[in-house]
Amino acid sequence: MRIFDPHIHMTSRTTDDYERMYAAGVRAVVEPAFWLGQPRTSAGTFADYFDGLLGWEPFRAAQFGIVHHCTIALNPKEANDPRLRPVLDMLPRYLAKDRVVAVGEVGYDDITPAEDEALTHQLALAAEHGLPVLVHTPHRDKPAGTRRTLDVVRESGLPPERVLVDHLNEMTVGMVAASGCWMGFSVYPHTKMDEDRMVAVLKEYGTERVVVNSAADWGRSDPLKTRAVADAMLSSGFSEAEVETVLWDNPVAFYAQSGRLDLSEVHADGTYEGNSVQRGTPKEAGA
Amino acid sequence: MSAPTLPAPGLTGEAAEWLRAAADRIRADGTALPALFPAAARTCGRGPLPGAPGWTVDQAVRGELLRALPLSGEALGEVLFDVYTHGDAAERLAVLKALPVLDAEKSLGEAGLPVVRDALRTNDTRLIEAALGPYAAARLPDHAYRQAVLKCVFVGVPLSAVAGLERRRDAELARMMAGYAEERLLAGREVPPDVWPLAELHPAAPERLRALLAESGRPHGGRPDGPA
Repeated sequence: MRIFDPHIHMTSRTTDDYERMYAAGVRAVVEPAFWLGQPRTSAGTFADYFDGLLGWEPFRAAQFGIVHHCTIALNPKEANDPRLRPVLDMLPRYLAKDRVVAVGEVGYDDITPAEDEALTHQLALAAEHGLPVLVHTPHRDKPAGTRRTLDVVRESGLPPERVLVDHLNEMTVGMVAASGCWMGFSVYPHTKMDEDRMVAVLKEYGTERVVVNSAADWGRSDPLKTRAVADAMLSSGFSEAEVETVLWDNPVAFYAQSGRLDLSEVHADGTYEGNSVQRGTPKEAGA
Repeated sequence: MSAPTLPAPGLTGEAAEWLRAAADRIRADGTALPALFPAAARTCGRGPLPGAPGWTVDQAVRGELLRALPLSGEALGEVLFDVYTHGDAAERLAVLKALPVLDAEKSLGEAGLPVVRDALRTNDTRLIEAALGPYAAARLPDHAYRQAVLKCVFVGVPLSAVAGLERRRDAELARMMAGYAEERLLAGREVPPDVWPLAELHPAAPERLRALLAESGRPHGGRPDGPA
């Protein structure tokens, strides 16, 4: 089984996770730019973060046979800090990079005017750079926030098939399905979705335009939740082809719209051909 | 030694046209570089460059874009550092690999060293290897060069990839390598084979190391042909 995790914050994860993910079948990930738990206070730290998403993290992933791409954006939470406005001016330079396959995570957190402005601005940047968009939906007041998000996306003129609306649940999936946007589900140990509810959603809405992610980060989360969903799908009667649709083909189709998704190092059988995978005796890290 | 050159990127059709136009724009206005530099791989290709081992198409193309900059010396160094700093790994590699040519053709002097030093601070073996090309061999001060060579051993960059080692190895580097070999042996670990030729240049080292090797019961210590 090969798995594409379309939303995972590997910067916050250990090499043990990379090893376990590979063993579970994960061969490709997309790491969206988001916040780090501790609020940042200057644009410079964003530049360092973006550089890490484009340099060190793909290198680290490759050591473990996993292909890494990222999405770049000023996240909604930090869009509220006026000191971070200059991040918006840095974005064009980063959105030009080869391994950037979408603008994201954008969207709403507290649903403020500053978030409105950042979202609208970045949707326009996505159109300009020919990139799809990964949209975060708020944890609080989720249905209202999701509805507003869909309104703003519609007003932006971006085609709905270029927009993935993430962190959905039973209350928000219907409106996103109707919008024509892609539906993203984050499967968490204790919050957001779990694998059995995910299976129920798939039974009701089908597999088209649906992607599943672990959204694993520095909080309580599990990078193997994509595999858990695949297993739950199989044991509840979905075919292997349907699992492949949700866990591989769909995220590939969404991000391939960027024209920059490069999976040439992943073979059709799910093996990996990198030139830097550590085999045999583990090397000593550090220097 | 012949002057360093960039391998020809071997482009045809639209890609060749793109490079020609991009280089013209940069020649006319250096500030066009940041928007064009990241686009080079998806426009011209990123595969291995035939006939130029170790080079990819995008590296050769990006090298041409850097050569087109209407700048030299310190001013060139500043632009290189900017494009490197904001570059992804592929862009950074291309800047590092272009340094010898820019030094030869555009009087870069020591103004490319900040890029080299930054790359050597990373833990990305591709960047470390590319940083230790002919430019670093010519320009990096002794202490920094020795530290970089030792770092290669730590992170697994083969010393055969390091430029100028024959010329720049010295007693101090031999001492550092012998110390490293000793540390590995005391820990019961293998000594990478390319450490030995350098460690053995240290006058006191071989005796002590041989004793340690004998104690460890692994008389070859990872060295293919055993101690001399």
